[in-house]
Amino acid sequence: MYSKTVMDHFKNPRNVGEIQGADGVGEVGNPICGDMMKITIKVADDRIKDIKFLTFGCGAAIAVSSMVTEMAKGKTLEDAKKISKESVAKALEGLPKNKLHCSNLGADALQMAIKDYENRKNGKVKEQDTTEGYHCYTEEEHCKCPYCDSEMHAGEKTCAMCGRKIEIKLSM
Amino acid sequence: MNPINFDYISSNPLLPEVKNAMIEAIKKDYGNPSSAHQLGEEAAEEIEKAREKVAKLINASPDEIIFTSCGTESNNHAIKGVAFAKKDKGKHILTSDIEHNAVLKPIRTLRTLGYDTTSVSVDQFGRIKPDDVLKAIRDETILISIMHSNNEIGTIQPIKEIANIAREKKVTFHCDAVASVGVIPVDVHDLGVDLFSFAANQFNGPSGVGGLYIRKGTSLWPLLDGGGQENKRRGGTENLIGIIGMGVAAEITRKDMESRLTHFKMIKERLTNGLKENIDDIIFNGHPEYALPNLISLSIKYIEGESIVLMLDEKDIAVATKSACASGSLRASHVLIAIGRDYADAQGTLVITYGRDTSETDVDRFLEALKKSVDTLRKMSPLYQKK
Repeated sequence: MYSKTVMDHFKNPRNVGEIQGADGVGEVGNPICGDMMKITIKVADDRIKDIKFLTFGCGAAIAVSSMVTEMAKGKTLEDAKKISKESVAKALEGLPKNKLHCSNLGADALQMAIKDYENRKNGKVKEQDTTEGYHCYTEEEHCKCPYCDSEMHAGEKTCAMCGRKIEIKLSM
Repeated sequence: MNPINFDYISSNPLLPEVKNAMIEAIKKDYGNPSSAHQLGEEAAEEIEKAREKVAKLINASPDEIIFTSCGTESNNHAIKGVAFAKKDKGKHILTSDIEHNAVLKPIRTLRTLGYDTTSVSVDQFGRIKPDDVLKAIRDETILISIMHSNNEIGTIQPIKEIANIAREKKVTFHCDAVASVGVIPVDVHDLGVDLFSFAANQFNGPSGVGGLYIRKGTSLWPLLDGGGQENKRRGGTENLIGIIGMGVAAEITRKDMESRLTHFKMIKERLTNGLKENIDDIIFNGHPEYALPNLISLSIKYIEGESIVLMLDEKDIAVATKSACASGSLRASHVLIAIGRDYADAQGTLVITYGRDTSETDVDRFLEALKKSVDTLRKMSPLYQKK
């Protein structure tokens, strides 16, 4: 299912942990989707001096996080900003199709951490993450009813197929 | 080290006796059981022998058993078969929130054909209240489909009570017993069901062969229209080799039932105690009393199931997860959500199942490996840090 590189990063993840007193923090995902990532960075001379991650998620999610930290470590902020979902997936020798959307959040977390660092530097307040509520299960961003698996449209609170009310429970 | 299997629910290994019987059957070059010549008649005889053995396992008469290709087909046959046969009497079907997809999806198909459905909810242990079933029955209700035990959390339903209600209200009752048959003693007469699905690979028989019990007098339209096989109830040439294997597995399972139950009980106790001692922040899902003896559903907080499965696989240990990440559709298990688990806990859920060959040493090796994997993954988890 997973490439050798994915399994290597899953079995021996690099840069696990959380930097205390980090200069930038990026947190993405929620447990409904299955994956949550937190990336913390330390910046000096516009360069990512240190980077660590914490991840709740599948093998792909852990490998993605590990790979992102390895790709970003030591890079200038300008270069680190070029790290994308696609470049991470490529460095991992590919990800299963159904994991490209859900588990490939590492680059987003990194970009959020860099933005957080820049905002702090410019004295801006941290932006609120508003990605909560409906969960989309596929890369096409279609939501599915958890009871009968039929497709739902954004904003619907009742499944047209089975008539169930859909509630999203968050434990955090 | 030898690989260890704690994923018996996905498929059981074949018993040596089953393997031998199937290999011998392949060597014999049987004919088509429907043919009138000798080669065919010998094959037909083998099928009837197997039918008797399978019927005995659930206390049915042989003419009430048909062979199918799997548990999924049995469920599809029962549900669609009743819906088609009784469509002029009504179009309402009753089921529960925690049924297997092999029940929920045929019902979903019927919904697109104009059938109406009601799903009864379960309590925090996954049990249905028979009274809820009674209240949901309407004049136009033609079928109730409730599972005997749940394949994810192991909870056993009050089937006898529900069957009584169904009989009083003259509604056909189908019971998906795939997770139960061959694991615990079941008796279709005592339960009072009309239709009863089961599969050979749940009791050390081959995959690709299942059975459906059809009580005498139950109206049922065939699912596979074709020749007159299986007493005109299922068209299609029989899976002779598979059926022979299923017969042998059913006979041995029936004879071994008592000793196996004692073994299951011992393994379950050792596993449960070991899990409680070794890992904190865990939830045991399912009913403490009305539960399958060969299954433990465990939600491990702060981590995700697929990564546990991968880590254990590295140590040659097989286990199943109900994490959304590991499912093809990437969605949380509807069973775990129905019993009130939140999405994060559902993500960290393992289904641990074992069999007649599982040893105490296997349990200890599993516990040690699981503890290590959980520790490693929790050190990596942002949810654990927030705790």
